[in-house]
Amino acid sequence: MAATVTVGTEVPEYVRTTDLANWNRYAAVNDEFVPIHMDDDAGRAAGFPSAFGMGNLLWAYLHNMLRDWIEADFAGNGRIVSVDLSFRSPNLRGQTVAARGTVTAVREEGGATIVDLDVAVVDRDAPATVLAPGKATIAVG
Amino acid sequence: MRAALGRELGRKVSFPVSESDIRRWVLATWYPAAPPRRFWDRPTAELCAPEDFNPFAWMTVPPDGAEPDLGRGGYRGPEQTLGLESPATTSMINGGRVASYGEPMRPGDVITSVNRLTDYFEREGRLGLMLFTVSTDTWTNQRDGTVKTEVTTYIRY
Repeated sequence: MAATVTVGTEVPEYVRTTDLANWNRYAAVNDEFVPIHMDDDAGRAAGFPSAFGMGNLLWAYLHNMLRDWIEADFAGNGRIVSVDLSFRSPNLRGQTVAARGTVTAVREEGGATIVDLDVAVVDRDAPATVLAPGKATIAVG
Repeated sequence: MRAALGRELGRKVSFPVSESDIRRWVLATWYPAAPPRRFWDRPTAELCAPEDFNPFAWMTVPPDGAEPDLGRGGYRGPEQTLGLESPATTSMINGGRVASYGEPMRPGDVITSVNRLTDYFEREGRLGLMLFTVSTDTWTNQRDGTVKTEVTTYIRY
């Protein structure tokens, strides 16, 4: 299992173009009907150009990227051990965001392969705009 | 405010996690694509929730004799909970989060959350002086297994 993952391996992107259709669905399951995520006037009053998406949903997208990778490359035999994410820039309406990850370390521990990654959610059309940088660890095998 | 560090901010108990809760969650977070089948197309005993699943949304088990906490959502500053004077801020954003995961959440699980105030600090930001508030949330299941430990930073300005 570990032979298929090496330092530098890139995780397939998880990409979503985000707007109220995404945010309203998430608000509905997470009880997160907050004006800054629903109403452009409220977003502007908070200092941003429009309503903006939930940090919690970017958090979910990052987890989904890891989960999709575990499903595709490890037949689902794995789990997310930890995720550390900072929310630096707002996820604005119409923005296409991409969750990305690059393997930074691989080690064997307790019969499992532990994989550390640098992760981020970025603006796919302006990759220098990092909405949420961080780190993650998964266990596979 | 610093004297409040370490104090408990809240304790919540979920209703039992249902298969439907899990399916709705993954449909929302994978939208517009279909979520992995493991989260919606498995016998109940094999179904589990994704790590980011929130079993406390909308309503939790009210303490004995209390009215249910309905649809409040959003963020409530710790000062309000602890009976302290609230800072003179008008906006709040989620600054970041660190989570470590343990046992997965499955249908029928009852999750308890205990949230504590961990830190306060100030920084100058693009929008002026900002107050950072850090809390630590520990989730356990009905077997006292640790489900998640999560440290969250909220930024108010």
